[in-house]
Amino acid sequence: MRTVEAIAAIPMHHGLVLAAILFALGMIGILARRNLVFILMSIEIMLNAAGLAFVVAGARWEQADGQVMLIFILAVAAAEVSVGLALLLLLYRRFQTLDADAVSKMRG
Amino acid sequence: MEITFYLSAAIAIAATLMVITVSNATHALLYLIVSLLAVAIVFFVLGAPFAAALEIIIYAGAIMVLFVFVMMMLNLGKAAAAREQGWLNPGIWTGPGVLAALLLAELAYIFAQGGDTPWGTAAVTAKEVGIALFGPYLLGVELASLLLLAGLVGACHLGWNQAGIETGHEEERGHENG
Repeated sequence: MRTVEAIAAIPMHHGLVLAAILFALGMIGILARRNLVFILMSIEIMLNAAGLAFVVAGARWEQADGQVMLIFILAVAAAEVSVGLALLLLLYRRFQTLDADAVSKMRG
Repeated sequence: MEITFYLSAAIAIAATLMVITVSNATHALLYLIVSLLAVAIVFFVLGAPFAAALEIIIYAGAIMVLFVFVMMMLNLGKAAAAREQGWLNPGIWTGPGVLAALLLAELAYIFAQGGDTPWGTAAVTAKEVGIALFGPYLLGVELASLLLLAGLVGACHLGWNQAGIETGHEEERGHENG
């Protein structure tokens, strides 16, 4: 059976470990950086890592569902990044900075 | 053939590390593009060629171009011209260039080995993905289209306000100059 060959070639948990490492790096980026552009990039990294986990699982059982979920994640990422970048531009016009801590002084 | 998986995984991790540690946003963007390309090669090796194509076209193409546009809009200062000179410095693009060259060599190796199905594993083709997408997942497609429409309207609304502010400034400047 072909699935067995695939397992022999690459264990599924190696792909999942890669996804987990990428996700953890994105989370570290969100926690450590204060620039809003870097925070948005880190969110992209985390979404991408989630999609990678879906595709790895889909490849393990040779089903199309993993790639379908990746397409949905792509749609979510596109919508999120367009709204996020529009907010970032608005914030830059108003505060002249991209520091996330500057927004913590907002009232109402 | 497993070496392609592990090499591109290492490239993805290294590029992502550079994304979250480098200080200049544009350099981080270059490394992020390399990381997405490496993940696309991982998809291809895992037998998901359609996902790899989508990753390159939508992620590394469309979304990253959006990031580049915003970065260029933010850079409209006096220092922009001096920064343009700095882009030509080889020290900036050697890191992403070397990683991307490694990925290219890996792709050439894959195709030299015979192409489509890396280790005889059955690849999940675009046809199967499409059948699944418009069969059991039709409701999800509708919801995704609704989400994209909401994102479009939201970004348009936010951009509308910002355009109003900017044209106000432009008019003021025009009056001052005139």
